[in-house]
Amino acid sequence: MQQTLYDKLWESHVVRREEDGTALLYIDRHLVHEVTSPQAFEGLKLAGRKVWRIDSIVATADHNTPTTGWERGVDGIDDATSKLQVKTLDDNIRSHGAKVYFPFLDERQGIVHVIGPENGATLPGMTVVCGDSHTSTHGAFACLAFGIGTSEVEHVLATQCLISKKSRNLLVQVDGALGRGVTAKDIVLALIGRIGTAGGTGYAIEYAGSAIRALSMEGRMTICNMTIEAGARCGMVAVDETTIGYLRGRPFAPRGEQWERAVAEWRKLASDPGAKFDRVVKLDAREVKPQVTWGTSPEMVVAIDERVPDPDREKDATRREGMARALEYMGLAPNTPMRDIRIDKVFIGSCTNSRIEDLRAAAAIVKGRRVAKSVRLAMVVPGSGQVKRQAEKEGLDRVFRDAGFEWREPGCSMCLAMNADRLDPGERCASTSNRNFEGRQGAGGRTHLVSPEMAAAAAIEGRFVDVREWR
Amino acid sequence: MERFTVHTGLVAPLDRANVDTDAIIPKQFLKSIKRSGFGPNLFDAWRYRDVGEPGRDDAKRPLNPDFVLNQPRYRGASILLARANFGCGSSREHAPWALLDFGFRAVIAPSFGEIFQNNSLKNGLLPIALVEREVDAIFHDVAAFPGFRLSIDLDRQTVATTDGAKVMRFEIDPFRKYCLLNGLDEIGLTLRHADEIRAYEAQRRAAQPWLFG
Repeated sequence: MQQTLYDKLWESHVVRREEDGTALLYIDRHLVHEVTSPQAFEGLKLAGRKVWRIDSIVATADHNTPTTGWERGVDGIDDATSKLQVKTLDDNIRSHGAKVYFPFLDERQGIVHVIGPENGATLPGMTVVCGDSHTSTHGAFACLAFGIGTSEVEHVLATQCLISKKSRNLLVQVDGALGRGVTAKDIVLALIGRIGTAGGTGYAIEYAGSAIRALSMEGRMTICNMTIEAGARCGMVAVDETTIGYLRGRPFAPRGEQWERAVAEWRKLASDPGAKFDRVVKLDAREVKPQVTWGTSPEMVVAIDERVPDPDREKDATRREGMARALEYMGLAPNTPMRDIRIDKVFIGSCTNSRIEDLRAAAAIVKGRRVAKSVRLAMVVPGSGQVKRQAEKEGLDRVFRDAGFEWREPGCSMCLAMNADRLDPGERCASTSNRNFEGRQGAGGRTHLVSPEMAAAAAIEGRFVDVREWR
Repeated sequence: MERFTVHTGLVAPLDRANVDTDAIIPKQFLKSIKRSGFGPNLFDAWRYRDVGEPGRDDAKRPLNPDFVLNQPRYRGASILLARANFGCGSSREHAPWALLDFGFRAVIAPSFGEIFQNNSLKNGLLPIALVEREVDAIFHDVAAFPGFRLSIDLDRQTVATTDGAKVMRFEIDPFRKYCLLNGLDEIGLTLRHADEIRAYEAQRRAAQPWLFG
């Protein structure tokens, strides 16, 4: 029987199976951060239970941490409730243990979905969970990786397992070469625009095709990251030379004889020829253009050369009202060309687009130019301390600073605005993050999701521009 | 977890699709290290006219009279009626915690975000998926009849009007249903299989040692 990659990952982690198909699924890697873990550790303590396997845990503080004022230490976290949450993670990891912990201020601290892969703590064939929906990111390494709630965090801490049911298989086949200025971010936004934010609900997505094979690991992570925005909990890409090349020599990747054995195992992590998918969606990469969201859901997206849609043309009443409400919130008139939309702030960062390749691409656009005067704040928030240092080694920080960008310390920052980085009411932002929900980047803030290149170009021009024409 | 068997309650309609967990409970309230106290900030940005912050006295904040849960006729509602893809977005379990803390025991919608649905079931908040046509009909009834209530029977997997004239059936995973009906702790159930987990682990460690240590 031919199996999909998802079938293989699922089957190899089933500890036991009930008659109704409910399975006890073994978890190899548990990523922990400060926001969704305190109640889980408390629950464990109240029930008098212990952590099942300490060496499965990789922890960091990322959601609440400030991106400035690190010289002030923990006192640099001005918000007392944020500080308590960061300290609570310190206490919990100190008393329970972890394979590795990158606390606030550590030089390897960073966004949990950036530090896992860059340290080789995310390895092909693993089940990876975290109390964060963007855990789907790790699927780029042929992992079965998905976000869980706090009760499940506690369940994994206590049992190393989750009670789960298998999803259906959805293949997203992307063939052809991407055009100049078109990125992985545009592929995934175009996909969400096509199938909708509930299009993948109930499915595990595998991304395949020549356009996916041609992407770097960073690009694949960007696509898998936003799988949850298409409604699916996990997205994945088969192992190939790009995967193996990325992992070689990473701190927690196997070495020597074990590396050879591991690579032999990893090469099996691809769908068998002829494996059956419940649904197939095909995308032609040559037709994908740079994408910009116009509304308050990632499915509300068009290409840069299009206009803001007109709700009057929508037949479905619930959708029409949703569009009208989104346009009111966004302060946009129907039929406005996307290129005429002016922005107030620019955010380059988040678990979607804060890796070294993203920063290189944005810097290439910015180099030798200045942020438009009308832009109040343009900021770059590297995904981790390691990304930050690498970028500084390459002089990218200078490129951004010379252009008028702020160069910040790593963390989740203005993707969800739990720290001090946020939009003020009514402010409009070109953002490389993953969600344009109402209030996501600050109460009343207006988010337009774009690629790093598009965000960088928007910062320079003060409005959205087509990077395909950037010279 | 609190048991869920039967429940009859007032229905409040939230007539918008794709209600995300950021809307259900905004990020600033996720800084709490507790499981309780999120009710006053449920739908915070829609419910109040100002921007909420943790630690503020929410009772003194200006309410948005247009928001459905602020309308007197829906005071005391315990069943939320919503549109497709309710609870999409982040994995924050604070979303079902906030709904429960506010007083909801069930949410009826055509579909749900998967992680939200999972989180709800683990906390005794019942997400009920009905077909679009049935949800439409309930929206109509709620608007037409002030004080409109529904009765939910988990064991029979039904939602019914209180006069029993209309009965709608819903699906639920048998294992989740069993846990909800009995208020069971899943961790306790899983730990009954600790030996099997250890055996699986030992075999995996031998085959792929690089995954351990």
